[in-house]
Amino acid sequence: MALLEIRDVVKTFGDFTAVNHVSLAVEAGEFFTLLGPSGCGKTTLLRMLAGFEQPDSGEILLDGKNMAGVPPEKRPVHTVFQSYALFPHMTVAQNIAFPLKMAGVASAEIPKRVDEVLEDVRLQQFARRYPHELSGGQRQRVAIARALVNRPRLLLLDEPLSALDAKLREQMQIELINLQKEVGITFVYVTHDQGEALALSHRIAVMSQGQVEQLDAPETIYSYPKSRFVADFIGQCNLLDATITEVQPGRMKVEIEGVGTAEALPVAGAQVGGKGTLTLRPEKIKLGATLPQGNADEVHFKGRVHDCLYLGDVTIYIVELDNGTLVETMLPNSGSGKAKFFDDNDLVELAWRFDAGHFVLA
Amino acid sequence: MKSKSLAKWLISGPPLLYLLLFFAIPSLIMAFAAFRFPGDYGGLMPLTTANPDTGATELLINFGNWRDFLTLENFQRFFDEPIYFELFVKSFWYAGLTTVICIVLAYPLAWLIARSPRKTRDLLVLLVILPFWSNFLIRVYAWMIILGPQSYFSRALNSVLAVFGVEPVSLLFSQFAVIVGLVYVHLPFMVLPLYANLEKHDMALLDAAQDLGANAWQRFWKVTWPLSLPGVWAGTALVFIPALGMFAIPDLLGGTNSMMIGNLIKQQYLDSRDWPFGSVLSIMLTFTVLLLAALAAWAGSRGKDKR
Repeated sequence: MALLEIRDVVKTFGDFTAVNHVSLAVEAGEFFTLLGPSGCGKTTLLRMLAGFEQPDSGEILLDGKNMAGVPPEKRPVHTVFQSYALFPHMTVAQNIAFPLKMAGVASAEIPKRVDEVLEDVRLQQFARRYPHELSGGQRQRVAIARALVNRPRLLLLDEPLSALDAKLREQMQIELINLQKEVGITFVYVTHDQGEALALSHRIAVMSQGQVEQLDAPETIYSYPKSRFVADFIGQCNLLDATITEVQPGRMKVEIEGVGTAEALPVAGAQVGGKGTLTLRPEKIKLGATLPQGNADEVHFKGRVHDCLYLGDVTIYIVELDNGTLVETMLPNSGSGKAKFFDDNDLVELAWRFDAGHFVLA
Repeated sequence: MKSKSLAKWLISGPPLLYLLLFFAIPSLIMAFAAFRFPGDYGGLMPLTTANPDTGATELLINFGNWRDFLTLENFQRFFDEPIYFELFVKSFWYAGLTTVICIVLAYPLAWLIARSPRKTRDLLVLLVILPFWSNFLIRVYAWMIILGPQSYFSRALNSVLAVFGVEPVSLLFSQFAVIVGLVYVHLPFMVLPLYANLEKHDMALLDAAQDLGANAWQRFWKVTWPLSLPGVWAGTALVFIPALGMFAIPDLLGGTNSMMIGNLIKQQYLDSRDWPFGSVLSIMLTFTVLLLAALAAWAGSRGKDKR
């Protein structure tokens, strides 16, 4: 039995449907992420898990128990809030002791439990500080420690890293992964940052307009997006409108609008004449001044560099094909002695394998 | 740099001068008066006189013999007669009770205003300060009418009491009327600082407390109340100190037994014309309030260290 089960949950605010018939299950010990743009319903879903909102219809089951009507303070679920919401009038130790006191843990045991969790988040020497005396990253860790200390069945994290700068965020991501492994508590993590979701999660539910678009492991979501929305939202992606012209076992041919004929892996339900989108990640496209011809598994196109974005480690090249279509691709700047390989208006060749892209039926 | 400090003095000069002239100097005169003898016909025993022949001012005293014009008798009187101490205690009790009632009444109101939509909020704050638009004495006289024996309120109350076989009560000219008046006049001074404080509270903290297992009662006492203490203290200062020195309300609404320290001070200055003793009472009042404030500050800082 799954630890958390969400069954056909609907939540509306006036005319706006925030969560629209969502069903999903989260296993014990999982790092589960709700990913989507703002307004997609992920935060509303999280607030329903915490108990701050009640679903209009559908059920939320935790350990098989229906949570309907159970107020937040009675749920074995704690939340790390986006703003951290640390109590400013309490020290770090008092903040962390708060849920233990509320749960009626024996006062003799509280300091021991607080010390343990402070050690987990490496903040032992800050126990007597007040929140305003801490840095952003330290506050973040206190918020996590406070939510973890009473060993909730479920830890909810609402965009917890969004207030940190990029470098600290990366460091906190690693700490979060390790912490989750260490404590073994199930995490439900809400974010709009696809990079964060890919890096942290065991499974991701990509949400859009109140619905789950795709629920899969990060690699599957990235490599085999089920819809144009998912392909577009997760990472950079060329979205090429195409029509299926031939279907064979293991291989199909598509006519890409403004590009030409290419081969692709067949997808379930593919039929000749079927329209859809070929999703092609920039890093799957080969780029060179000249590329070896004659590989039957590859398609070739010629073009010229339209724009380059130099990012330091890699350069992103927007290549204009002969017929005017723009394709995004990238190359690591690994050529010794060269800052980057091409400049604007350089003539280049593109190639990709038939299984590099993923076709999504419209 | 120089012109900047000049501007600072120019800006802060007028209020400083005003306070110096009308607060600091009178206070010093009063402190001096507390150690002097009363005059034969009230006021203070004169230190100088006008020479009837020349009209020139002449000193009546010799500064070497300070015992001729300085005395501790006035303080002696204050400490010898227990009635003054009792009056102090009673005044502190009235002011304290008024403050507590004001906190209890103002807190929910301030919370309600702070949680209202922006537009409603401004309107509600306006309503709280609306009574200031009419004269203080008129508002107190209005209470005389409301609490008077012929008012609908008194008659309704007494007929209800009669049903239970209770003797009719007289509301006006009682301690009850004084407390009602004190609370009524000072309530806005508690609501406004509390509102200003509560309005700034981060609602996410209450969500967090609830999420971490606190019920409504615990959320209030563990989060909202401690964070609102600066507002409570500000309101307490604005209510307790003026209530302590109030004389108009006990004069108008109180009976013979509801006199406060303010009435006694007024009586000494205006009716008995015993300025030295009036000064002693004023100084003792100021001193006690300062002592209490210092104690509160000390207790507050100690509490913080402990935390």
